[in-house]
Amino acid sequence: MVKLDFNINDLHFKNPVLAASGTFGYGVEFRDFFDISQLGGIVLKATTLEVREGNPYPRMAETPAGMLNSVGLQNKGIDHFEKNIYPVVSEFNTNVIVNVNGSYVEDYVTLAGRINALEKIPAIELNISCPNVKKGGMIFGTDPKSAREVIREVRKVYSKQLIVKLSPNVTDIVEFALIAEEEGADSVSLINTLLGMAVDVKRMKPSLATVTGGLSGPAVKPVALRMVWQVAKAVRIPVIGLGGIMNSRDAIEFFLAGASAIQVGTASFINPAVTIDILKGIENYLNEKGFSDIREIIGYINN
Amino acid sequence: MTKRIESLRVVENKKINKDYFLLRLTSQGKLPEMKPGQFVQVKVDGSPETFLRRPFSVHDVNYSGNTFRLLIQIAGKGTETLSRLSTGDSINVIYPLGNSFSLPEKNENILLAGGGCGIAPLLFLARYLNENGFTPDILLGFRSSERVMEYDEYAALGRIFLTTEDGSMGKKGFITDHPVLTANRYDVVYCCGPEPMMKAMAAYCRANSVRCEVSLENLMACGIGVCLCCTVETVRGNLCTCTEGPVFNINDLKW
Ligand SMILES: Cc1cc2nc3c(=O)[nH]c(=O)nc-3n(C[C@H](O)[C@H](O)[C@H](O)COP(=O)(O)OP(=O)(O)OC[C@H]3O[C@@H](n4cnc5c(N)ncnc54)[C@H](O)[C@@H]3O)c2cc1C
Ligand SMILES: Cc1cc2nc3c(=O)[nH]c(=O)nc-3n(C[C@H](O)[C@H](O)[C@H](O)COP(=O)(O)O)c2cc1C
Ligand code: FES
Repeated sequence: MVKLDFNINDLHFKNPVLAASGTFGYGVEFRDFFDISQLGGIVLKATTLEVREGNPYPRMAETPAGMLNSVGLQNKGIDHFEKNIYPVVSEFNTNVIVNVNGSYVEDYVTLAGRINALEKIPAIELNISCPNVKKGGMIFGTDPKSAREVIREVRKVYSKQLIVKLSPNVTDIVEFALIAEEEGADSVSLINTLLGMAVDVKRMKPSLATVTGGLSGPAVKPVALRMVWQVAKAVRIPVIGLGGIMNSRDAIEFFLAGASAIQVGTASFINPAVTIDILKGIENYLNEKGFSDIREIIGYINN
Repeated sequence: MTKRIESLRVVENKKINKDYFLLRLTSQGKLPEMKPGQFVQVKVDGSPETFLRRPFSVHDVNYSGNTFRLLIQIAGKGTETLSRLSTGDSINVIYPLGNSFSLPEKNENILLAGGGCGIAPLLFLARYLNENGFTPDILLGFRSSERVMEYDEYAALGRIFLTTEDGSMGKKGFITDHPVLTANRYDVVYCCGPEPMMKAMAAYCRANSVRCEVSLENLMACGIGVCLCCTVETVRGNLCTCTEGPVFNINDLKW
């Protein structure tokens, strides 16, 4: 048996395969396909303070080896979450992480404070990188001063594991990773979607109602991998890598580049059970290569 | 109803005309129970341009033969690739997905109305209604006589009415122009087709206080209610067409 577990401080993950926010719903949607407790963790879809209806339709456009989305954080807000979602997800036998979003620093702080009180939620993922909302969202992830402020303020009220999700829509992502580390984040996850667009030549209109949206899927993987590699060399906190991971080979690339764990996003749309295939593939790879602990390959290419 | 991911075998790929084909699929195990209005998500291999699955309505189910069919219009790269499948090939499918048409009340007067590839779910619905003791009227619209598909199949399940846009078969015009709509008083209309057609039918139903369910074809990524890409504006807020639909009562829609 190879060792696959990892920790963010005292938070133990049985394995390094997590489901990415916004692509795994609240987990329940996947129960027909596999036992989600086999995963290291799941990151629930975006939660905001208030109810969000999201952006107008069309919100999705397929692009070569990927897709653009402009969902815009549609969710029923934290009240609904506490009352209706929390009781369900707190039964899951895996780490359940809430993806936290806001328009203002105070929103993030209020949300983080309320989620801090939820016993069965051991971590939050601070989403300062959503490209699909007009106010807030990505601005926190693309302006160093705002990023520092929001992480600092959230850190004051949030005592459990704080993961900061970074935006790739910046010139130097390392700068933001270092800010997160300095302000006391316990881990960083990257990347969120890359800002992009598509035009429907038949209708002669933008494919998305919002014109621009976030690109995900295999098309972004080389960019994601490069950023994970850069960040992993620069910070001491664990790095969670994601972006375009479709199979265990992709996942292993991220480990070799320095990720301590990975998240699977868009791939779950095409194969809802892909996370389990990836987990098994990682195990097989380690066995074949003669490693007994996944830690031995993390950052391997940098040695 | 449990959803599954399964590799299904192509039993037959029948070309109907230059734009449409019928795929008959079988499972190695027993087919799950499916309901009219439900759909499947098909993986199209072979190109990075067909990255996401493609949704198709269940056209017809034959439980005793353990097969079901999809009626597919060639609309682009994915459907073009599927049109080249041969008997014995396998395709990966997630199914059954979505809600279904509701059953009518006893003795209600029923109309099924569809156009183009929107007729796909109506064959299964017509058969299901027959099995539950209903004989619907079926109104189908096509562009021209060469485009008429599956006439005999539908005709076996109810009184059939046709329109073609060029008048080469049935009445000339769109389905909402057909005199059967003025000659009869329907209690419920089940409709699927291009959005302008469904909106016109919805307007007719509103004006005549007829209950109406439509099946939407919003763009989808996951098909299982997690990506929130397929939403439609309803009186209850934005809802996913893949899980809360694809069938909606028009009173729920902001049409
Ligand atoms: C619930 C549901 C049920 C459907 N049932 C059927 C069916 O029974 N038979 C059938 O032929 N088609 C059906 N469709 C439409 C079918 O999914 C699309 O035609 C198909 O995905 C196009 O794929 P493509 O790769 O060939 O085209 P693409 O190259 O992806 O696109 C070609 C054109 O098709 C349009 N298109 C793409 N996706 C969709 C979509 N989801 N809905 C409508 N138009 C789309 C695009 O806007 C574009 O203009 C259904 C769609 C939904 C959502
Ligand atoms: C439809 C969709 C919705 C998403 N919603 C969120 C979200 O709410 N919060 C978030 O932090 N990231 C969100 N993401 C980004 C993903 O979590 C992930 O960072 C990104 O898609 C890259 O990974 P992938 O290529 O594996 O999908 C979303 C992505 C998609 C495709
Ligand atoms: S297609 Fe993903 S939620 Fe409906």
